[in-house]
Amino acid sequence: MGTRNKLIYLLAALGGLLVIRNLYVILLQFPDEAAQGAIYRIMFFHVPCWFICFTAFLAAGVASILYLWKRRMVFDNVAVSAVEIGVVFTATGLVTGSIWARVIWGIWWTWDPRLTWAFITLLVYLGYLMLRRAIDDPTERAKNSAVLCIFAFVSVVITYKAIDWWRTQHPGAVLSFRTGGGNIEPAWEMMLLWNFLALGLIAAAVLLIRLNQEQVRREVDGLRRRVHEL
Amino acid sequence: MDERNFTFMFYGLAAAWAILAAYVVYLGAREGKIRRQLENLRRMLEERDKT
Repeated sequence: MGTRNKLIYLLAALGGLLVIRNLYVILLQFPDEAAQGAIYRIMFFHVPCWFICFTAFLAAGVASILYLWKRRMVFDNVAVSAVEIGVVFTATGLVTGSIWARVIWGIWWTWDPRLTWAFITLLVYLGYLMLRRAIDDPTERAKNSAVLCIFAFVSVVITYKAIDWWRTQHPGAVLSFRTGGGNIEPAWEMMLLWNFLALGLIAAAVLLIRLNQEQVRREVDGLRRRVHEL
Repeated sequence: MDERNFTFMFYGLAAAWAILAAYVVYLGAREGKIRRQLENLRRMLEERDKT
């Protein structure tokens, strides 16, 4: 087994164990919230999903800049892998948020700025993945998608700042690093960070799997070109 | 645990894991497809090299 595969198993195992430990604390040790009952526990997955998707899109943006600068395909591989994982976690964040909203707000969805921009971000990055499928030449594909990926990050920044710029339905920031503290129970905030770590480890394992696939796919593309040349 | 809103909490957690699991299954299926394509192309090239 190669070093990368060992790392994948290690990250997945650590992430899995940490998730089990976190679920035990969240479900069996934390009391229900006075106003929300049991449903508030969705927060421990909803918020870390957003942390991970923002991190993934940031990584994709940095990798895209590095691709345009260095013109090395490995950065394109990182960008597409990170975007795909970001899209999965964005979808997870939207779905968990929608279920939470159904109980707390009485509606599945509203065109609140935070929700709307999160949805736009999802669509923009889905567009990025579709653009890649539409361009056959690997260099053109990497160049065009890197440019789109850099511009797409503007949508991530707007999504992140939406709760500060427009105070509407979605709650404002509660985490200490944004508010200075006092807006959330410290044990809950710590659990959000633990679950961010747990899901982050799983996301990192999946990213490595996806990177492996991208490398094999490039090999397939190369062989295909050789077959056509013969 | 209070039964209040428990069902929706369960739906939320189940949905989160279902999306992640579906993606991992999709990755597995794609891995198999890419590996098969790689093997087929290698075989085609070997056969052409022989002839």
